[in-house]
Amino acid sequence: MTGKGKRETGNVLLEVRNLHATVEGREILRGIDLTVRAGEVHAIMGPNGSGKSTLAQVLAGHPAYTVTAGRVLYEGNDLLGMTPEARAREGVFLAFQYPVAIRGITNAYFLRSAVNAIRKHRGEEQLGPVEFMDALDEKLKAIGWDSSYLSRPVNEGFSGGEKKRNEILQLAVLDPKLAILDETDSGLDIDALKTVAQTVDKLRRPDNATVLVTHYDRILTHIEPDVVHVLAGGRIVKSGGKELARELEEKGYDWLREEAVVT
Amino acid sequence: MTDVADRTEPYVADFEAFARNGASGAPDWLKELREGAIARFAELGFPTMKQEEWRFTNVAPIADQRFLLAHAPSPPLPALSDIERLCVGAGPRVVFVDGRYAPTLSTPADRVGGVRAGSLAAALQTDAGGELARAHLGRHARWHDSAFAALNTAFLADGAFVHVPADVTLERPLEVVFVSTGRARSEGSIVSHPRSLIVVERGARAAVVETYAGLSDGVYWTNAVTEVVVGEGAWAELYRVQQEGPHSFQVATTHSRQERDSYLGLHVVTLGAALARHDIDAVLDGPGAELILNGLYLLSGAQHADHHTVIDHAQPHCASHEFFNGVLAERSHGVFNGRIIVRPGAQRTDSKQTNNNLLLSTEARADSQPQLEIYADDVKCTHGSTVGPIDQMQLYYLRSRGLAPEAARSILTYGFGAEILDRMRHPVVRDRLDRLVRERLA
Repeated sequence: MTGKGKRETGNVLLEVRNLHATVEGREILRGIDLTVRAGEVHAIMGPNGSGKSTLAQVLAGHPAYTVTAGRVLYEGNDLLGMTPEARAREGVFLAFQYPVAIRGITNAYFLRSAVNAIRKHRGEEQLGPVEFMDALDEKLKAIGWDSSYLSRPVNEGFSGGEKKRNEILQLAVLDPKLAILDETDSGLDIDALKTVAQTVDKLRRPDNATVLVTHYDRILTHIEPDVVHVLAGGRIVKSGGKELARELEEKGYDWLREEAVVT
Repeated sequence: MTDVADRTEPYVADFEAFARNGASGAPDWLKELREGAIARFAELGFPTMKQEEWRFTNVAPIADQRFLLAHAPSPPLPALSDIERLCVGAGPRVVFVDGRYAPTLSTPADRVGGVRAGSLAAALQTDAGGELARAHLGRHARWHDSAFAALNTAFLADGAFVHVPADVTLERPLEVVFVSTGRARSEGSIVSHPRSLIVVERGARAAVVETYAGLSDGVYWTNAVTEVVVGEGAWAELYRVQQEGPHSFQVATTHSRQERDSYLGLHVVTLGAALARHDIDAVLDGPGAELILNGLYLLSGAQHADHHTVIDHAQPHCASHEFFNGVLAERSHGVFNGRIIVRPGAQRTDSKQTNNNLLLSTEARADSQPQLEIYADDVKCTHGSTVGPIDQMQLYYLRSRGLAPEAARSILTYGFGAEILDRMRHPVVRDRLDRLVRERLA
């Protein structure tokens, strides 16, 4: 959509070099290299168990994962040395594959607390409940929700699709520089998928970037990626343009696994 | 046996003095009730941890002391501002100080449709009140099985008396406030035995807020019993807030009996006392009755609070939904025992019970015991309980949205309380309880 020009000129937002990570002693990431520039949308595809979600969680700071080698620079700073909340305040956002339910806390309160934590970090004024609701109105409409979702406890009793929409609402409200969407498209019906894609597309700006972690190319027909990466066995085994996604859909992942073993 | 007698004898002696003096003008039925109850108390004695119902709660701190029967409050009475601080709103209130009615601190109830709300002692002096009391007092409370309820019944003298006649709606919640001064007499600490009776007749609607509060950090004991009767098709809500003083003891029982197609919401918030035990006995005694039972206990320091609930589905087509959450900080100990009985023939019973406990320190402790006794076959009964520290995934989720770990923990802890508060429907009462919970967790 935006082509190569932007990719050449945008500043590097995220730089991942030789990243290795383990969970419970098992090595999942085995040397990831990835460069994401401002203005770009990257798709990371790959079979189940290839390490896609691990990469997403390591970038957000999940405490269960241990980085054993490599480095990650975010806007030139050491991302791995930052706490999860520091990453969020600096503009990193992960849309969870499995959003967590929190009993007793309304969505409105949760969202406002998150917005205010980030605003405080930026030295901006805190938003009161009324101002916040006003600011939220349009974003709610964009994902096809009415305000009743705001008075419900966070993700409690939400359907799979509602949880995903809620992640996208948070994305819209927090307006990050680097958004990582972990399988946000899976389990969505076509209408929900379109809504999610449109919201993400609307948030695209020259100064931010999106990493879509996905198993299917469905969402990529709605959000055109600049770069498609294939992750297999904890490494990026192939990168290319949007046509790579189509190829993967047709041929599956097996040919890449073989290629990965050979190389 | 000598042990039991040693500890009960002083109370039997006090009862004899009480029966000769303050209680001598009572009608015969009441004298008989009291005498039967003190005899039962002497037989039962204070419970020990060897008894199944008391295995997690040691009442030795109460039994080993000699508590003196509270006298009518002596001046100075608590300040009006102290009472107002404890109230939900500016609605009618009935106030008791150390178990005795305090008319100057109370405000008159809405006198619509023959509603009576005031002191039980005064009601016992009237023909109509006496009749009603006679019909209900001691009939619902299972004082035969409980030494504490028996002792309360023996010393039964004053408390709240609420009567809402058939088809009358009480527009504003009625507040019943029991404050304890915590003032000891020269001979020792005092005990009060507040006894309340709430009767909501057929088709009537009423909400009552019961508050128990300590005004000092003195040592005292509150031994309360409340009986609630909800008539056919009636709607009643009883909120109960326990904020007794930090060195006090509270033992209480709430007994309810519901008739056909009635609704009762029982909402319990336990914040105070060094040692607290609250028994709730709810009987669904008519087809189609519905009971909502919500409870929240927030404990810290070395506080111990034990809630024992028994929901008795005696008739078919009844529903009971029970949700109790506990937040336990420092060295506190929470106990929840929830028994559900479905009697033979109580078909189509729909019963749900949940008890979740959040442990905020490694020294905090929670014991949760569901007990289902089902004697009917066409029923839906579910129960579940959890005990554990703050969930690490929830913590991470909040942190990934920019919240500091302390803020995230405090939100998750508050959520544990808010989950229960959100089930309490009365907006004004809910807001007041929300403030209390926030203050407590701050």
